[in-house]
Amino acid sequence: MLIKSLERRRDRLRWRVTSITVAFVFSLALGGRAHAGTPQDTLPPAPPTGLIAFDTPNDAGGSITLRWIKSPDDGAGAEDVKGYQILRAERREGPYKVIARLPAGAVRYEDATTKDGVTYYYKVSASDGVNSSESPPGQAVRSKAQWFNFKRLNMLIAGIILSLGIIYFISKARKGEELYIRKIAGLDAVKEAVGRATEMGRKVFFIPGILDLDDVQTIAGLSILGQVARLTAEYGTELEVPVCRSVVMVTGRETVKEAYLDSGHPDAYNDEIVHYMTDDQFGYAAGVDGLMLREKPAAIFYQGAFYAESLILAETGFSVGAIQIAGTAMPSQLPFFITACDYTLIGEELFAASAYLSREPRALGSIKGQDLGKAIILIILGLGVILETLGITSFSQLFTTQ
Amino acid sequence: MRREIPLFITATTGVIFIIAYFIPHRPVNQIQQLFLAWLYIIAAFAIILGVLNLLLVNGDKIYKQSKGWGYSVIIILSFLVMAGIGTFNLGGRATSPLEEGTSFMWLFYNVYYPLSSTVFALLAFFVASASFRAFRARNKEAALLLVAAFFVMLGRVPIGNYLTSWIPLKWLQLSTIANWIMAYPNMAAQRAIMIGIALGIISTSLRLILGIEKSYLGGE
Repeated sequence: MLIKSLERRRDRLRWRVTSITVAFVFSLALGGRAHAGTPQDTLPPAPPTGLIAFDTPNDAGGSITLRWIKSPDDGAGAEDVKGYQILRAERREGPYKVIARLPAGAVRYEDATTKDGVTYYYKVSASDGVNSSESPPGQAVRSKAQWFNFKRLNMLIAGIILSLGIIYFISKARKGEELYIRKIAGLDAVKEAVGRATEMGRKVFFIPGILDLDDVQTIAGLSILGQVARLTAEYGTELEVPVCRSVVMVTGRETVKEAYLDSGHPDAYNDEIVHYMTDDQFGYAAGVDGLMLREKPAAIFYQGAFYAESLILAETGFSVGAIQIAGTAMPSQLPFFITACDYTLIGEELFAASAYLSREPRALGSIKGQDLGKAIILIILGLGVILETLGITSFSQLFTTQ
Repeated sequence: MRREIPLFITATTGVIFIIAYFIPHRPVNQIQQLFLAWLYIIAAFAIILGVLNLLLVNGDKIYKQSKGWGYSVIIILSFLVMAGIGTFNLGGRATSPLEEGTSFMWLFYNVYYPLSSTVFALLAFFVASASFRAFRARNKEAALLLVAAFFVMLGRVPIGNYLTSWIPLKWLQLSTIANWIMAYPNMAAQRAIMIGIALGIISTSLRLILGIEKSYLGGE
């Protein structure tokens, strides 16, 4: 009995010891876990410093630019900055309203929502997602329009030099001086193309691009249309000008009408020569393609601004056997025209076409002036290449603009 | 006066737009904005002229039963259906015909959009037929074009990379050669063209402002 009772006591003791040990280990584990847990972040990141607010230079007003030194905890220190908030008030003491939120790393902001003449105060606050700390307010600042955009000064100087060059050659041409202009095969072929259409008794098509009259390429195209219309009037050939902009239609009609009048054939003109199709790019391409396939024109002129429809038009024109003369200042469309057309006016040739065809001395003088500009640019480019190769970058920066 | 007034308007607007490029201050920028607003108003009125012209030209073709007058019937019907449904918001409960689920948008997505995409897709076939003609080595220039096109086209597709990726010298791989052609000779030529275009635009603008270029008005 005694032995049994001793054994029971021993078992109870063992159980107690075990349970105490387990409880101790558990309490240690729990306590340890409590110690290892991250304490809730109550400290805000350090605020940004050196806030400067100033009227955005070279603009039309309505804008203030802010610059600051980022928080020491942004990318360094506690590395807990999640972003910045821009606060604005019309009085130094506030109330400040958040006008923008920027990602971490930002050191600049342009507030383009200001009213000219109103005084503003700004603060920038760095935030870690929970807490934030604000910079002291910057100095009072007002936005205003500038009288000159100095970032474009180089453009003004270049423009003046170029314009003076052009005016000089125009005055030279006015005095009757003979100016040499290289031959442009595409323009020499205009007469040939219209003549061919006359012989074949088929129409001449003129496509003035798909952009409106606010694009200089369209104006250049319409200038060529005037010359082409004069020829068709003289030769008695039918002309058709499908357009995709109604303003171009109105202007095109005036151009063709005047050309017919000038060449002494006003009776041959009718408003249907220049007609509107659609403003839609591919609708226009499909419409003109349909006209080409039905009418089978002998000569097609593409003069103006073109996009993806260039090859759709030119290949259809090729398939109907027309002599095709294209001209555009869209570099990405030039390869298509060169491939599909008989002659292509590349870039500047489109703008020279009207002067070249009319042989008007003053207009030819302007082309000569253009050549002078090209010579100046070539010299600058050569010099720039040499200086850049030598590691001198300040020269090329004279020509950057905004 | 028929010539003088347009020339005066051209010169005035041209000069104001140039000045506004350099002087962002009032009243220059306000006048520029005013002229731009006028442009939109004129364009809005001109669209009426355009639409009238479209209806007149095609109506005349149908009346006279000229060649291809059937197409004119389709044009006028399409115009009337689209413009009618859009203007009067027919067959839709939405407040605007441009909202999703309206008949106008249904026509846009199911008729206009596929037709437009079809014409655009034709480009692929036209590129093939034009390339076939352009890449025939008839002379030195065409041969050069052919070689450049060979490298660029193959270098821009996965098979080109697959064919030459084993070459240890990276500059001999097709993709590197293609990128070099695009970044150097092609870019240099494009920039040369762009410089010429910029000069051409300045020269043409000056001719227009000075009244030397009058052929867009029908004169010499």
